[in-house]
Amino acid sequence: MQRDARRVVVTGDGPVLVTGPVEIEMPDGATVRSDRPVTALCVCGRTRRRPFCDTSHRRRAGRARNG
Amino acid sequence: MAEPALPTPRGEVSEAVIDALAADRPVPSTVDRALDPYGEDLQLALYCLYELHYRGFAGVDAEREWDLALLTLRRELEEIFLGAVRAECPAGADVDAEIEGLLDEPPDAWGVSHHLRRHGELWQLREYVVHRSLYHLKEADPQAFVIPRLEGAAKAGVVTVEHDEYGAGDPRRVHAQLFADLMQALDLCADYGHHLDAVPAPVLAEVNFMSFAGLHRRWRGALVGQFAVVELTSSPGSDRLAKALRRLGVDAEFYDEHVEADAVHEQLVRRDVIAPLVAAEPALAADVVFGMRASTMLGDRFGEFLLDRWAAGRSSLRTPLPDAPLAVHR
Repeated sequence: MQRDARRVVVTGDGPVLVTGPVEIEMPDGATVRSDRPVTALCVCGRTRRRPFCDTSHRRRAGRARNG
Repeated sequence: MAEPALPTPRGEVSEAVIDALAADRPVPSTVDRALDPYGEDLQLALYCLYELHYRGFAGVDAEREWDLALLTLRRELEEIFLGAVRAECPAGADVDAEIEGLLDEPPDAWGVSHHLRRHGELWQLREYVVHRSLYHLKEADPQAFVIPRLEGAAKAGVVTVEHDEYGAGDPRRVHAQLFADLMQALDLCADYGHHLDAVPAPVLAEVNFMSFAGLHRRWRGALVGQFAVVELTSSPGSDRLAKALRRLGVDAEFYDEHVEADAVHEQLVRRDVIAPLVAAEPALAADVVFGMRASTMLGDRFGEFLLDRWAAGRSSLRTPLPDAPLAVHR
Protein backbone atom coordinates (compact mmCIF):
# COMPACT_ATOMS: atom_id res chain seq x y z
CA MET A 1 0.00 0.00 0.00
CA GLN A 2 1.38 3.34 -0.98
CA ARG A 3 1.26 6.00 1.73
CA ASP A 4 0.95 9.69 1.01
CA ALA A 5 4.46 11.07 0.71
CA ARG A 6 5.43 14.03 2.89
CA ARG A 7 5.72 17.14 0.79
CA VAL A 8 9.03 19.01 0.86
CA VAL A 9 9.40 22.16 -1.24
CA VAL A 10 12.86 23.34 -2.27
CA THR A 11 12.29 27.03 -2.93
CA GLY A 12 15.69 27.56 -4.58
CA ASP A 13 16.18 31.16 -3.50
CA GLY A 14 15.10 30.58 0.09
CA PRO A 15 14.42 27.87 2.67
CA VAL A 16 13.22 24.29 2.28
CA LEU A 17 9.55 24.02 3.29
CA VAL A 18 8.35 20.91 5.12
CA THR A 19 4.66 20.33 5.86
CA GLY A 20 3.33 19.14 9.21
CA PRO A 21 4.90 19.08 12.67
CA VAL A 22 8.53 18.02 12.42
CA GLU A 23 11.31 16.90 14.71
CA ILE A 24 14.74 17.97 13.55
CA GLU A 25 17.86 16.21 14.76
CA MET A 26 20.75 18.64 15.07
CA PRO A 27 24.44 17.83 14.54
CA ASP A 28 25.00 17.69 18.31
CA GLY A 29 22.22 15.12 18.69
CA ALA A 30 19.73 17.59 20.17
CA THR A 31 16.16 17.46 18.86
CA VAL A 32 14.30 20.60 17.86
CA ARG A 33 10.55 20.40 17.30
CA SER A 34 8.29 22.62 15.18
CA ASP A 35 4.51 22.33 15.43
CA ARG A 36 3.83 24.78 12.61
CA PRO A 37 1.61 23.68 9.71
CA VAL A 38 4.64 24.40 7.52
CA THR A 39 8.24 24.77 8.70
CA ALA A 40 10.93 26.70 6.80
CA LEU A 41 14.38 25.15 7.23
CA CYS A 42 17.47 27.23 6.46
CA VAL A 43 19.66 25.83 3.72
CA CYS A 44 21.72 28.96 2.93
CA GLY A 45 23.51 28.77 6.29
CA ARG A 46 23.02 32.45 7.10
CA THR A 47 20.23 32.11 9.64
CA ARG A 48 20.86 33.09 13.23
CA ARG A 49 17.99 30.84 14.31
CA ARG A 50 19.28 27.47 13.17
CA PRO A 51 17.71 25.24 11.92
CA PHE A 52 14.90 27.65 10.99
CA CYS A 53 14.86 30.28 8.26
CA ASP A 54 14.96 33.90 9.51
CA THR A 55 14.98 35.45 5.99
CA SER A 56 18.72 36.21 6.19
CA HIS A 57 19.07 34.71 2.69
CA ARG A 58 17.63 37.99 1.40
CA ARG A 59 20.77 39.89 2.40
CA ARG A 60 23.19 40.03 -0.43
CA ALA A 61 26.95 39.68 -0.24
CA GLY A 62 28.64 42.85 0.90
CA ARG A 63 25.51 44.20 2.49
CA ALA A 64 25.07 45.10 6.11
CA ARG A 65 24.14 41.88 7.87
CA ASN A 66 21.83 43.34 10.42
CA GLY A 67 19.71 45.66 8.32
CA MET B 1 -16.39 38.76 26.24
CA ALA B 2 -15.63 42.25 27.52
CA GLU B 3 -16.36 44.94 24.95
CA PRO B 4 -14.28 48.13 24.89
CA ALA B 5 -15.72 51.47 25.94
CA LEU B 6 -16.67 53.99 23.27
CA PRO B 7 -13.82 56.46 22.72
CA THR B 8 -13.80 60.23 23.16
CA PRO B 9 -14.71 62.11 19.93
CA ARG B 10 -12.03 64.01 17.99
CA GLY B 11 -14.26 66.26 15.90
CA GLU B 12 -17.78 66.70 14.52
CA VAL B 13 -18.03 63.49 12.55
CA SER B 14 -16.59 61.16 15.17
CA GLU B 15 -18.80 62.90 17.72
CA ALA B 16 -21.88 62.25 15.58
CA VAL B 17 -20.93 58.56 15.21
CA ILE B 18 -20.15 58.06 18.88
CA ASP B 19 -23.34 59.91 19.95
CA ALA B 20 -25.36 57.78 17.55
CA LEU B 21 -23.88 54.62 19.01
CA ALA B 22 -24.19 55.73 22.62
CA ALA B 23 -27.65 57.20 22.55
CA ASP B 24 -29.36 56.06 19.36
CA ARG B 25 -29.15 59.60 17.98
CA PRO B 26 -29.80 60.08 14.25
CA VAL B 27 -26.75 59.75 12.03
CA PRO B 28 -25.81 62.41 9.46
CA SER B 29 -25.99 60.84 5.99
CA THR B 30 -23.52 63.18 4.34
CA VAL B 31 -20.26 64.69 5.45
CA ASP B 32 -18.14 67.57 4.28
CA ARG B 33 -16.08 66.21 1.39
CA ALA B 34 -13.24 68.51 2.39
CA LEU B 35 -12.74 66.54 5.62
CA ASP B 36 -9.05 65.63 6.08
CA PRO B 37 -8.85 62.01 4.83
CA TYR B 38 -6.00 61.20 7.24
CA GLY B 39 -7.26 63.40 10.08
CA GLU B 40 -8.14 62.33 13.61
CA ASP B 41 -11.86 62.99 13.15
CA LEU B 42 -12.42 60.89 10.02
CA GLN B 43 -10.11 58.08 11.07
CA LEU B 44 -11.69 57.69 14.50
CA ALA B 45 -15.21 57.78 13.03
CA LEU B 46 -14.26 55.10 10.53
CA TYR B 47 -12.50 53.04 13.18
CA CYS B 48 -15.63 53.02 15.35
CA LEU B 49 -17.84 52.06 12.41
CA TYR B 50 -15.53 49.16 11.51
CA GLU B 51 -15.27 48.03 15.11
CA LEU B 52 -18.97 47.13 14.96
CA HIS B 53 -17.92 44.24 12.69
CA TYR B 54 -15.35 42.94 15.19
CA ARG B 55 -16.26 43.16 18.86
CA GLY B 56 -18.41 46.30 19.07
CA PHE B 57 -18.52 48.57 22.11
CA ALA B 58 -19.87 48.20 25.63
CA GLY B 59 -23.49 49.34 25.80
CA VAL B 60 -23.96 49.40 22.01
CA ASP B 61 -26.55 47.00 20.57
CA ALA B 62 -24.77 44.44 18.38
CA GLU B 63 -27.50 44.93 15.73
CA ARG B 64 -26.08 48.39 14.99
CA GLU B 65 -23.54 46.57 12.82
CA TRP B 66 -26.22 46.56 10.11
CA ASP B 67 -27.74 49.98 10.83
CA LEU B 68 -28.30 51.39 7.34
CA ALA B 69 -27.67 54.98 8.39
CA LEU B 70 -24.31 54.03 9.90
CA LEU B 71 -23.41 52.02 6.81
CA THR B 72 -24.33 54.96 4.57
CA LEU B 73 -22.09 57.27 6.58
CA ARG B 74 -19.31 54.67 6.53
CA ARG B 75 -19.53 54.59 2.75
CA GLU B 76 -19.09 58.37 2.59
CA LEU B 77 -16.04 58.28 4.83
CA GLU B 78 -14.57 55.35 2.92
CA GLU B 79 -14.88 57.26 -0.34
CA ILE B 80 -12.94 60.20 1.09
CA PHE B 81 -10.27 57.95 2.62
CA LEU B 82 -9.93 55.61 -0.35
CA GLY B 83 -9.87 58.54 -2.78
CA ALA B 84 -6.89 60.04 -0.95
CA VAL B 85 -5.03 56.72 -0.75
CA ARG B 86 -5.59 56.00 -4.43
CA ALA B 87 -4.40 59.47 -5.38
CA GLU B 88 -1.16 58.83 -3.50
CA CYS B 89 -0.44 55.33 -4.86
CA PRO B 90 0.49 55.12 -8.55
CA ALA B 91 -1.25 52.26 -10.35
CA GLY B 92 0.70 49.16 -11.32
CA ALA B 93 0.03 45.53 -12.16
CA ASP B 94 3.45 43.85 -11.97
CA VAL B 95 3.01 41.80 -8.79
CA ASP B 96 6.39 40.02 -9.05
CA ALA B 97 8.32 43.28 -9.37
CA GLU B 98 6.41 44.66 -6.40
CA ILE B 99 7.32 41.62 -4.28
CA GLU B 100 10.99 41.93 -5.25
CA GLY B 101 10.92 45.54 -4.12
CA LEU B 102 9.46 44.56 -0.74
CA LEU B 103 12.12 41.89 -0.17
CA ASP B 104 14.92 44.29 -0.94
CA GLU B 105 16.13 45.91 2.24
CA PRO B 106 18.88 48.44 1.53
CA PRO B 107 21.71 48.53 4.07
CA ASP B 108 20.93 52.14 4.91
CA ALA B 109 17.25 51.41 5.59
CA TRP B 110 16.02 53.21 8.69
CA GLY B 111 12.71 53.01 10.43
CA VAL B 112 11.00 52.62 13.78
CA SER B 113 12.33 49.09 14.38
CA HIS B 114 15.89 50.24 13.53
CA HIS B 115 15.57 53.14 15.94
CA LEU B 116 14.14 50.97 18.72
CA ARG B 117 16.82 48.35 18.25
CA ARG B 118 19.69 50.83 18.43
CA HIS B 119 18.50 53.64 20.67
CA GLY B 120 14.99 52.82 21.84
CA GLU B 121 14.19 53.70 25.41
CA LEU B 122 11.71 51.68 27.41
CA TRP B 123 9.04 54.40 27.30
CA GLN B 124 9.33 54.53 23.49
CA LEU B 125 9.03 50.77 23.23
CA ARG B 126 5.93 50.90 25.43
CA GLU B 127 4.46 53.61 23.20
CA TYR B 128 5.16 51.49 20.12
CA VAL B 129 3.40 48.52 21.70
CA VAL B 130 0.39 50.69 22.60
CA HIS B 131 0.10 51.83 18.96
CA ARG B 132 0.41 48.29 17.69
CA SER B 133 -2.13 46.94 20.19
CA LEU B 134 -5.00 48.20 18.05
CA TYR B 135 -3.99 45.69 15.39
CA HIS B 136 -2.12 42.96 17.25
CA LEU B 137 -4.94 42.36 19.75
CA LYS B 138 -7.04 41.47 16.71
CA GLU B 139 -4.14 40.14 14.68
CA ALA B 140 -5.23 38.20 11.58
CA ASP B 141 -8.91 39.14 12.10
CA PRO B 142 -9.20 41.74 9.28
CA GLN B 143 -7.57 39.28 6.88
CA ALA B 144 -9.92 36.47 7.91
CA PHE B 145 -12.78 38.38 6.22
CA VAL B 146 -11.22 37.60 2.83
CA ILE B 147 -11.41 33.81 3.17
CA PRO B 148 -14.95 33.31 1.77
CA ARG B 149 -14.08 35.68 -1.11
CA LEU B 150 -11.37 33.36 -2.42
CA GLU B 151 -11.47 29.87 -3.82
CA GLY B 152 -9.24 26.88 -4.40
CA ALA B 153 -5.51 27.18 -3.87
CA ALA B 154 -5.49 30.84 -2.81
CA LYS B 155 -8.15 30.16 -0.16
CA ALA B 156 -6.23 27.13 1.17
CA GLY B 157 -3.04 29.22 1.26
CA VAL B 158 -4.62 32.06 3.26
CA VAL B 159 -6.17 29.57 5.69
CA THR B 160 -2.79 27.88 6.26
CA VAL B 161 -1.22 31.21 7.24
CA GLU B 162 -4.24 32.29 9.31
CA HIS B 163 -4.24 28.93 11.12
CA ASP B 164 -0.66 29.64 12.20
CA GLU B 165 -1.62 33.21 13.23
CA TYR B 166 -4.36 31.73 15.40
CA GLY B 167 -1.91 29.43 17.18
CA ALA B 168 -2.39 26.31 15.01
CA GLY B 169 -4.90 24.92 17.50
CA ASP B 170 -3.17 26.08 20.70
CA PRO B 171 -4.96 29.06 22.27
CA ARG B 172 -1.82 30.03 24.18
CA ARG B 173 -0.01 30.44 20.84
CA VAL B 174 -2.62 32.72 19.22
CA HIS B 175 -0.58 35.72 18.11
CA ALA B 176 -3.04 38.15 19.71
CA GLN B 177 -2.51 36.26 23.00
CA LEU B 178 1.29 36.41 22.66
CA PHE B 179 0.92 40.16 22.14
CA ALA B 180 -1.29 40.46 25.23
CA ASP B 181 1.43 38.58 27.17
CA LEU B 182 4.00 41.08 25.90
CA MET B 183 1.81 44.01 26.96
CA GLN B 184 1.50 42.55 30.44
CA ALA B 185 5.27 42.04 30.61
CA LEU B 186 5.58 45.76 29.78
CA ASP B 187 3.07 46.63 32.50
CA LEU B 188 0.47 47.79 29.94
CA CYS B 189 -3.24 47.08 30.06
CA ALA B 190 -3.87 44.33 27.48
CA ASP B 191 -7.66 44.70 27.31
CA TYR B 192 -8.96 44.74 23.74
CA GLY B 193 -9.44 48.33 22.55
CA HIS B 194 -8.28 49.80 25.86
CA HIS B 195 -5.77 52.21 24.29
CA LEU B 196 -7.99 53.57 21.50
CA ASP B 197 -8.17 57.10 22.96
CA ALA B 198 -4.36 57.30 23.14
CA VAL B 199 -3.70 56.16 19.57
CA PRO B 200 -3.43 58.82 16.83
CA ALA B 201 -4.80 58.87 13.28
CA PRO B 202 -1.76 57.44 11.42
CA VAL B 203 -2.19 54.13 13.28
CA LEU B 204 -5.98 54.15 12.90
CA ALA B 205 -5.52 54.68 9.15
CA GLU B 206 -3.41 51.53 8.85
CA VAL B 207 -5.96 49.38 10.68
CA ASN B 208 -8.85 51.06 8.86
CA PHE B 209 -7.31 50.19 5.52
CA MET B 210 -7.16 46.52 6.54
CA SER B 211 -10.79 46.59 7.68
CA PHE B 212 -11.84 48.38 4.51
CA ALA B 213 -10.15 45.85 2.22
CA GLY B 214 -11.30 42.92 4.35
CA LEU B 215 -14.95 43.95 4.40
CA HIS B 216 -15.25 44.84 0.70
CA ARG B 217 -15.28 41.80 -1.57
CA ARG B 218 -14.58 44.20 -4.43
CA TRP B 219 -11.21 44.93 -2.81
CA ARG B 220 -10.18 41.35 -1.99
CA GLY B 221 -7.11 41.76 -4.21
CA ALA B 222 -6.03 44.78 -2.15
CA LEU B 223 -6.53 42.78 1.05
CA VAL B 224 -4.25 40.06 -0.28
CA GLY B 225 -1.68 42.76 -1.20
CA GLN B 226 -1.88 44.21 2.31
CA PHE B 227 -1.56 40.73 3.84
CA ALA B 228 1.51 40.08 1.67
CA VAL B 229 3.24 43.28 2.81
CA VAL B 230 2.82 42.28 6.46
CA GLU B 231 4.10 38.75 5.89
CA LEU B 232 6.96 39.74 3.58
CA THR B 233 8.37 42.57 5.64
CA SER B 234 7.66 41.47 9.21
CA SER B 235 10.49 38.98 9.74
CA PRO B 236 13.50 41.38 9.67
CA GLY B 237 11.56 44.06 11.56
CA SER B 238 10.51 41.55 14.21
CA ASP B 239 14.12 40.48 14.60
CA ARG B 240 15.10 44.09 15.36
CA LEU B 241 12.21 44.52 17.80
CA ALA B 242 13.14 41.25 19.56
CA LYS B 243 16.68 42.62 19.96
CA ALA B 244 15.33 45.93 21.28
CA LEU B 245 13.26 44.07 23.89
CA ARG B 246 16.12 41.83 24.97
CA ARG B 247 18.42 44.85 25.28
CA LEU B 248 15.87 46.33 27.67
CA GLY B 249 15.50 43.05 29.56
CA VAL B 250 11.98 42.21 28.34
CA ASP B 251 10.86 38.77 27.12
CA ALA B 252 10.74 38.89 23.31
CA GLU B 253 8.65 35.82 22.54
CA PHE B 254 6.05 37.70 20.46
CA TYR B 255 8.68 39.07 18.06
CA ASP B 256 10.83 35.91 18.13
CA GLU B 257 7.74 33.97 17.07
CA HIS B 258 7.21 36.43 14.20
CA VAL B 259 10.76 36.09 12.88
CA GLU B 260 10.27 32.36 12.32
CA ALA B 261 6.55 32.35 11.55
CA ASP B 262 6.80 35.13 8.97
CA ALA B 263 9.80 33.51 7.27
CA VAL B 264 7.36 30.66 6.55
CA HIS B 265 4.44 32.95 5.78
CA GLU B 266 6.46 34.92 3.23
CA GLN B 267 6.93 31.73 1.23
CA LEU B 268 3.29 30.67 1.64
CA VAL B 269 1.90 34.07 0.67
CA ARG B 270 4.02 34.22 -2.48
CA ARG B 271 3.60 30.62 -3.64
CA ASP B 272 0.26 29.53 -2.27
CA VAL B 273 -1.77 32.76 -2.17
CA ILE B 274 -0.63 35.39 -4.67
CA ALA B 275 0.57 33.09 -7.46
CA PRO B 276 -2.67 31.03 -7.65
CA LEU B 277 -4.87 34.12 -7.12
CA VAL B 278 -3.29 36.10 -9.94
CA ALA B 279 -3.23 33.00 -12.19
CA ALA B 280 -6.96 32.42 -11.62
CA GLU B 281 -7.99 36.09 -11.72
CA PRO B 282 -5.36 38.10 -13.65
CA ALA B 283 -7.56 41.19 -13.41
CA LEU B 284 -6.86 41.30 -9.66
CA ALA B 285 -3.13 41.95 -10.16
CA ALA B 286 -3.64 45.72 -10.16
CA ASP B 287 -5.60 45.53 -6.91
CA VAL B 288 -2.91 43.34 -5.29
CA VAL B 289 -0.30 45.95 -6.24
CA PHE B 290 -2.57 48.73 -4.96
CA GLY B 291 -2.96 46.91 -1.62
CA MET B 292 0.82 46.57 -1.36
CA ARG B 293 1.50 50.22 -2.20
CA ALA B 294 -1.29 51.53 0.02
CA SER B 295 -0.21 49.56 3.08
CA THR B 296 3.45 50.45 2.50
CA MET B 297 2.51 54.14 2.18
CA LEU B 298 0.35 54.06 5.34
CA GLY B 299 3.09 52.17 7.20
CA ASP B 300 5.63 54.80 6.16
CA ARG B 301 3.34 57.60 7.32
CA PHE B 302 3.04 55.93 10.72
CA GLY B 303 6.83 55.42 10.94
CA GLU B 304 7.58 59.04 10.02
CA PHE B 305 5.01 60.32 12.49
CA LEU B 306 6.52 58.26 15.31
CA LEU B 307 10.15 59.16 14.59
CA ASP B 308 9.29 62.86 14.15
CA ARG B 309 7.60 62.96 17.52
CA TRP B 310 10.42 61.16 19.28
CA ALA B 311 13.07 63.27 17.53
CA ALA B 312 11.26 66.35 18.85
CA GLY B 313 11.33 64.87 22.35
CA ARG B 314 7.58 64.41 22.35
CA SER B 315 5.25 61.52 23.04
CA SER B 316 3.76 59.82 19.97
CA LEU B 317 0.56 59.07 21.87
CA ARG B 318 -2.40 61.40 22.35
CA THR B 319 -2.13 60.69 26.06
CA PRO B 320 1.45 59.96 27.17
CA LEU B 321 2.03 56.96 29.42
CA PRO B 322 2.87 57.78 33.03
CA ASP B 323 6.52 56.64 32.68
CA ALA B 324 7.30 58.91 29.71
CA PRO B 325 9.85 61.65 30.52
CA LEU B 326 8.27 64.73 32.05
CA ALA B 327 9.12 66.81 28.98
CA VAL B 328 6.89 64.73 26.70
CA HIS B 329 3.90 65.42 28.91
CA ARG B 330 4.09 68.96 27.46
